Amino acid sequence: MGASVEPLSESKEFMPDSVIVARGLTKHFGAHQAVRGIDLDVPRGGCFGFLGPNGAGKTTTLRMILGQSPLTSGTLTVLGLPVPAGIREIRARTGVVPQADNQDPDFTVVENLRMYARYFGLKPAQVAGRIDELLGFLELADRKDARMRELSGGMKRRLSIARALINDPELIMLDEPTTGLDPQVRHLIWTRLRQLKSAGKTLLLTTHYMDEAERLCDQLVVIDRGRIVTQGSPRGLIREHIEPHVIEVQGEGIAILPVLEGLPGARLLSVGETHYCYAPELGPVLARLEASPELRYTHRAANLEDVFLKLTGHDLRE
Amino acid sequence: MTTLDIALPRPRTQAFTIVLRNVLVWRKLLGPSLAFSFGEPVIYLLGLGFGLGQFIGEVNGIPYFTFLASGLLAATAMNVASFEGMFSVFTRMTHQQTYDAILATPLQVDDIVAGETLWCATKSVLNTLPILVVATLLGAIHNWTALAAIPIFFLVGLCFAGPAIVVAAFAPSYDFFTYYTTLLITPMFIFSGVFYPVATLPVIAQVIVNILPLSHAIALIRPLVAGQALADPLLHVGVLLAYAMVGYLAATIFIRRRLIA
Repeated sequence: MGASVEPLSESKEFMPDSVIVARGLTKHFGAHQAVRGIDLDVPRGGCFGFLGPNGAGKTTTLRMILGQSPLTSGTLTVLGLPVPAGIREIRARTGVVPQADNQDPDFTVVENLRMYARYFGLKPAQVAGRIDELLGFLELADRKDARMRELSGGMKRRLSIARALINDPELIMLDEPTTGLDPQVRHLIWTRLRQLKSAGKTLLLTTHYMDEAERLCDQLVVIDRGRIVTQGSPRGLIREHIEPHVIEVQGEGIAILPVLEGLPGARLLSVGETHYCYAPELGPVLARLEASPELRYTHRAANLEDVFLKLTGHDLRE
Repeated sequence: MTTLDIALPRPRTQAFTIVLRNVLVWRKLLGPSLAFSFGEPVIYLLGLGFGLGQFIGEVNGIPYFTFLASGLLAATAMNVASFEGMFSVFTRMTHQQTYDAILATPLQVDDIVAGETLWCATKSVLNTLPILVVATLLGAIHNWTALAAIPIFFLVGLCFAGPAIVVAAFAPSYDFFTYYTTLLITPMFIFSGVFYPVATLPVIAQVIVNILPLSHAIALIRPLVAGQALADPLLHVGVLLAYAMVGYLAATIFIRRRLIA
């Protein structure tokens, strides 16, 4: 405890109570540069988001924070402790919800939680009450004795979250926590994550669902090709990067672009068969569209997805 | 390929949590586990022991049934640790992602490898004991000294755990284990003195067999089971310990590389 953080004169936004401080973080796998010089200050409390396309370096960064992947260069301090020297204590005070559920398939729900507690040095008698509480919190109380194969995907993910909370962590890292889940479960998980935030926990969330990031994150960074492209609050980023009006037009590309080209201040972007028109004024856009009744369009407010598309481009990443 | 972290293993007492986890899982899967490591040797014992035993009578002053039983006990200890170190470690490392889950807790890779090694040896004892009981009931064993073979089963388990975990650390898939079982485990089972004395082999084969560990395991277990005096016990224990140590070090180094990248 009490490892001091090096003074950082250059960083204007440095906060003394940062839960994670990274400077010049890089990670190379042979010739592949997965993370290329990331600086982070994750404040205590609230939800901090890592947004980025697949392969952007989000999971690699999480693995470095957990000491599961050695840094190629840079410095990293988590909960005031240096990585990798302080990793045991960092992990003792952190909860992790992995991207793929990895409970023990041979154990029941409650056995999984008891065993996981033991890895933290907590005996079953010490955590019996806590396990009941967590099963209630994640609405798994009636599935307590179920085997893993009897659980749906949503139940397994809720168990992953319960398991991540078994050591009453200060920092909770969630790697795409709602990927592949149905809307009901996603809403339950979002509600619980907001409750954890109100209880003073710090959440670190990776996602490529923009609606999820907008709902949960107080601050976020957009990562692309191993670098931070931008950071701020969801609303701040939308205001900063996107025009007030967004018109989405569906259809084959060729006919649409001539219709909307040359509007003053408007920006056009095509992703697959969807075409986005970002405009300072709505009137001129609608006037043009109404002249082409074969086009279907919707007008909506700017959201984080627009920021994401603008900053990370729109080519398919795999 | 990342550089190897060749620092000496630094396991902590939390490594025993890994043993506990595996014991709890083993208890749930007791049936298949015992059927696998118990059924096969007992079939050999009954088939070859009663069948061939009629013709062979005694080998080196030991009834063939006892000779064979002691060899099968050593081979079972080898097989149990080898299969656990390869298949089960590989499953926990890849398909189940158990180690990924554990590496989000204060445990580290060195604890995992130490725990798995101890567990392989423990399982060698757990799955060999029933065969010891059956062999005794069938009249193959008449001496209390056979109980002194139990710690040797543990040592044999340690000896084969490390190399098996190294193989798992390099394995791209389950098929890879065929190389190790076909090239090393099966030849040891056939040539190291389970079924007949090593002295009947050509000299060059004897040299190879004596470099490999199973013959040393049998050289300890057979006299204890048959109630004979041990010959060169320190040499045999030394060879098994040396394999155990080198295997454990290599297992730690290569599992580190596989898990921490």
